[in-house]
Amino acid sequence: MKKGKFGKYAIAGALAFALVAGIPVASAANPSATINIGSLYEPQNLDNTAGGGQGVTEALNGNVYEGLFRLSDSGKVENLLATSTKTSANGLTYTFTLRPNVHFHSGKTLTSADVKYSIEKVIGSNSQSARKSSFGAIKLISTPDAKSVVVTLANKSISFVYNLSYVWIVNSSAKDLTSTEDGTGPYRLDSWKRGSTLSLTRFDGYWGHAAKNQTVVFHYFTDATALNNALLTHAVDVITSEQSPDALAQFKTSAFKINNGASTTKLLLVFNDRVAPFNKPLVRKAITSAIDNKKLLESIWGSYGTLTGSMVPPTDPWYEDLTKVNPYDVSLAKKELARAGYPNGFTFRLDTPNYDPHPAAAVFIKSELAKVGVTVNINIITADQWYNNVYKKLDFVATMQEHVNDRDVVWYGNPNFYWGYNNPPVTKLITQAEEANSASAQAALLKRANRIIVGDAASDWIYLYPQIVVASSGLSGYPINGLNSQFFAYEITKN
Amino acid sequence: MLKYLVRRLIFLFISIFLASISLFVLLRLLPGDPANALLSVGATPEQIAAARHSVGTDLPMPTQFGKWLGQLFTLHFGNSLIGGYPVGPEIFSRLSITVPLTLSAFLLAVLIAIPLGFVAAYKARTWYGASLNAVSQLGIAIPVFWVGVLLIFGFALRLMILPAGGFPIDGWSNFGEAVKSLILPVCTISLVMSASLIRYVRSATLDVLGSDYIRTSRALGSSFITAMWRHGLRNAAAPVISILGIELATTFVGAVVVESVFDLPGLGSLLVKAISQRDYPVVQGVLFASTVAVLFIGFLADLTQRILDPRLSKSLTGVSL
Repeated sequence: MKKGKFGKYAIAGALAFALVAGIPVASAANPSATINIGSLYEPQNLDNTAGGGQGVTEALNGNVYEGLFRLSDSGKVENLLATSTKTSANGLTYTFTLRPNVHFHSGKTLTSADVKYSIEKVIGSNSQSARKSSFGAIKLISTPDAKSVVVTLANKSISFVYNLSYVWIVNSSAKDLTSTEDGTGPYRLDSWKRGSTLSLTRFDGYWGHAAKNQTVVFHYFTDATALNNALLTHAVDVITSEQSPDALAQFKTSAFKINNGASTTKLLLVFNDRVAPFNKPLVRKAITSAIDNKKLLESIWGSYGTLTGSMVPPTDPWYEDLTKVNPYDVSLAKKELARAGYPNGFTFRLDTPNYDPHPAAAVFIKSELAKVGVTVNINIITADQWYNNVYKKLDFVATMQEHVNDRDVVWYGNPNFYWGYNNPPVTKLITQAEEANSASAQAALLKRANRIIVGDAASDWIYLYPQIVVASSGLSGYPINGLNSQFFAYEITKN
Repeated sequence: MLKYLVRRLIFLFISIFLASISLFVLLRLLPGDPANALLSVGATPEQIAAARHSVGTDLPMPTQFGKWLGQLFTLHFGNSLIGGYPVGPEIFSRLSITVPLTLSAFLLAVLIAIPLGFVAAYKARTWYGASLNAVSQLGIAIPVFWVGVLLIFGFALRLMILPAGGFPIDGWSNFGEAVKSLILPVCTISLVMSASLIRYVRSATLDVLGSDYIRTSRALGSSFITAMWRHGLRNAAAPVISILGIELATTFVGAVVVESVFDLPGLGSLLVKAISQRDYPVVQGVLFASTVAVLFIGFLADLTQRILDPRLSKSLTGVSL
């Protein structure tokens, strides 16, 4: 009895002291907390060079695996496993010095051989990495000593260091990285229950600052409503990317916080620029001007999302607001169609992926284009059909697709890419930009290229998705931008 | 009976074999390539070729079929094309959720349907007999996912006494939480299933109540309960059991909807994901396991019917008298 009373007095005293001393009692973070993260993107496997998909980047990038460099949530490239970089005068040789005393989760010490192996894994013949083509300039990788890696390029590549932030450094002697891991990050993989959860536990041998929480559990959902319900009932603490705009109203309470971050995902109306009528820039401009992208964005995402008027999101260094180049103007669209030789419009097939928001957006586009005499036949297709018929066989006239990567305007410099935009001056500018001597010169050249691309209306960049992270109000330290689908968990604290 | 059992078992194995061939052929008739799931926009032709090689879709169809049959005989089912994991253990792991979910829902539905169906028949002319009939009609018309959504709204989001979905990370070793996570899904399935079962029980009971043998038994002095127990129950059970077999099989295969609504990592969610990825070994494995389960349930239902109804013993097929 006495003990109980003493306990009460002790707690009361401590609270009173804390209040007087200004210590935020209610917001004390718990370092042994478990952070429950809700996501719709379960990894296919755990290897980002073997088709692991968006989910493996979200869960493991920066948390379990680290690169020589880190792309921060604000888009800056920072040293991570590399402590310094020396570039030769001709810009073709990069020498990276590795951070000392870095250990893999298996206990092995990081060496330059692991870095060489990891880069070669990305560019190897079996690699399914979406970034493989970014490293086409690599000529030779050598390891003069255990702490140095020298990469020789065939031609200059100013994005090389940035691209390296996508290369996970893995233990060169690790086996079967599709279901296990061996990285150097602040967490090690605890368990992965397919279709359910992926758990990470703080790695005690981490070289840097320890993670601020003990355990991170990614809970995977196939249904956005079920995911929202999980947050409402506090089964999860945060949703990495809210995909159900209608659901946001239920989170507008003091128990939750809605964060509107920066996204790199664009919704495109893609023209096949090789075939009539879209081989004429004037037709593409007319179609772009005939569609009220603002209205479409608001109907799907309400007040969220952004119009950019181009492929370049605001987080890219060469961003410019180009929404006025092809403004929404129905009379202008009609004039352009007449000048292009289609005064009475035309009919085309729109291959539309069968998942949201494409079908709804296609119906909207159809009704908008009907105003200028253009008839749209909506052809609903599966993701698989899209990949086979549109992407591989190029058997399409127009389609819709989301493009998720940042800095991907450079694809307009490849005439063989699926949309078939072939403008030699643009290709030349993009090549020059990659070989530029400075970031500012690169940005200037890509701005010029982008203005031409937009002037040609190579595609209709309908809108930039919002990146909405919804979390319990007691949670802090979580990333809100989710650039390239990464979700660093080590700063997250729970009160 | 033994002869029937042997013959029925032979039919069972032939059916399983034919089903395995159909599964293989039908899946290959679908458009698309599972290698696509490994690729992203920007993939080079070399990457596409490497992906096809890694998943084996570059092999001739007969070679793929031979591999599938070989795996089937060893019950290996192969590895996932996308995840690389062995399919057999994954299916067994998922069954640890789907089987308890289906069986619990089935048992609960039977417990609800048999007494209510009997009352609906026996008191067919009373207001509550008619009401039961109407409610069961309504229950059949309501989609199962809608019942799930309503239960989540009521018990998880409003009352907050049960989880809205998911399954404990540590699975059945956290028994209490595991049971809690299955309560709403089980109720969802059983409410809808019992609605249709009530109608079958009611119909079978009405047939029995109006039969000559019950009337004769009562005329010879048996009480209603004795007449029903000795003569009615067996006769009413025979048609109901064949329906129960079908219902159980349908629920097992149809659990996918409920698993999706409640985010349960069962067999259904594995199947849906595998189909979207054209992950042939997983799709084939899950469908094969489901087919075997459905055929086996049918086999058990036939046997039970035969034991309950001696008239069927006079026929080898068990269909005609």
